[in-house]
Amino acid sequence: MSDLRKTLGLHVGLLLVLLALNWLLPAYHHGNLARIMVLASYAIGYNVLFGYTGLLSLGHAMFFAAGMYGMGLTVRHLGWSPAPAVLAGVGAGLVLSLVVGFLALRTTGVAFMIVTLMFAQAVFLTVLYFGEYTRGDEGFVIQQVDRILLGIDLTDPNNRYLAALLVFAICLLATFWLVRHRFGKTIIAIRENEDRTRMLGYDVFRHKLGAVVISGSISALAGATYGLLFGYAGATFASVQYSIFPLLWVLLGGAGTILGPFVGTLFMFYLIDLSSEITTAYMLIAGVTLVLLTLFAPQGLMGEVRARLFRWLP
Amino acid sequence: MTVLRTQGLSKSFGGLEAVRDVDLSVPQGQVRALIGPNGAGKTTLVGLICGRIEPSRGTVSFLDQDVTRLPVHQRIRRGMGYTFQITSVLSNLSLRENVALAVRPREKSEDVVEGEVVSALTQVGLVHRIDQHAGDLSYGHQRLLEIAMGLGQRPKLLILDEPTQGLSEGEVAAFNSLIRRLAGETTVLLIEHNMDVVMAVADEITVLDFGAVLAEGTPDEIRKNAGVQAAYLGTG
Repeated sequence: MSDLRKTLGLHVGLLLVLLALNWLLPAYHHGNLARIMVLASYAIGYNVLFGYTGLLSLGHAMFFAAGMYGMGLTVRHLGWSPAPAVLAGVGAGLVLSLVVGFLALRTTGVAFMIVTLMFAQAVFLTVLYFGEYTRGDEGFVIQQVDRILLGIDLTDPNNRYLAALLVFAICLLATFWLVRHRFGKTIIAIRENEDRTRMLGYDVFRHKLGAVVISGSISALAGATYGLLFGYAGATFASVQYSIFPLLWVLLGGAGTILGPFVGTLFMFYLIDLSSEITTAYMLIAGVTLVLLTLFAPQGLMGEVRARLFRWLP
Repeated sequence: MTVLRTQGLSKSFGGLEAVRDVDLSVPQGQVRALIGPNGAGKTTLVGLICGRIEPSRGTVSFLDQDVTRLPVHQRIRRGMGYTFQITSVLSNLSLRENVALAVRPREKSEDVVEGEVVSALTQVGLVHRIDQHAGDLSYGHQRLLEIAMGLGQRPKLLILDEPTQGLSEGEVAAFNSLIRRLAGETTVLLIEHNMDVVMAVADEITVLDFGAVLAEGTPDEIRKNAGVQAAYLGTG
């Protein structure tokens, strides 16, 4: 099992490096990395469905937003403390993904993309419709007093970074565990050949539904964490843009790799950050880079690393 | 005991009756070959049997239970194994994982799974390639991997859809002896174009023509049957 040792070493190693960076990074990058880790958790959730099950959703913002509003609204209107509020967020994502999965999985391929897109749009419009509670586009701030978890002030940059790292580590290790076990291996088989997998005696629908729920719940955890750590919930996070982001991050980083979502999120975040220092047309630079990467590294960064260097990467 | 029984099984696609009132009865342990000219409805018939296609009429019983309404995966779990006519191994996964996926639905322990994977791959002579990607195998070897997956399922009824297509002579001989070894414990339903294989391994043959059963009997009887000769073997 030397492959297992290598992969575990690599993933735990990354988490240790990220932990050490908490005390090493300058404030600006420290803040960025905290944000990147939470967004990468979102991408990890997306990757479970897209990268490992082979289902392309265009509506994951609804799960991210379900987490964010599940947390934010219970804090704002019910006065819940952060821990149960985050759980409420994850619960909201879980229920939503169960319902959406149950309905959307009756379709496949392009129809699945459209149906998820439509559901996400419905969630986005719902957020706007109940503007009285959600404050719609404008959103609402989660006050500092509401962001103290078990006596730890999450507005403090240090605590915030460590909380982001904790959530990221949970998501990373959970998917690492998942793809090494029976359920994970089955969804990979479904990605590779759905019909064949069914003919081996697997209930394909149930496994796909499970994948949607896991994916949606991780996305909701990321959304709840994002709202809590950065103190804001707004309708932008439910918009189509936030459904496209995780797709881009995962494509860039490498779909169906454990580290890909993090690498892709990090890469894209700094690509936009650095190019916007150079020019106001930073989206042009970002766009050209994305096109080039898609042309020359179609499997994404970690996908290419796996194909060319380390075939043992999960 | 009868492993498989179909009664009045029929399927129409639009106006075309691809399978028409097929009554089939395969006893335990038999190797039954299903032959017939191209387009006779063989693949449709096995599709109906394992549940990939819904019948227009008729019933399918498996191990004395009516499974006509059961979805595919549940029939497989009750002991049907099916290997595809067009190889559809999971090309990006290793041979080990391909066969393991076939074993897992009936076996909880990963250690036992690993043991059975090695045994199934040994039986088809591919065990030395266990860590290779299935997609890197030659076509003939992919067919053998399909059979290993079928073995890994340890089915009570193994349905093989043209398993020897694309195999070399030596591989066909190995296939024949593999099937003879299986016979007795596993019931085999074999769709096959290669008449040498059919004559060598089948206990009984069912001939299908235009979607209906034309004849049924031992290889010798089928060889002598004038109707079969006209329809299928040629009269020469």
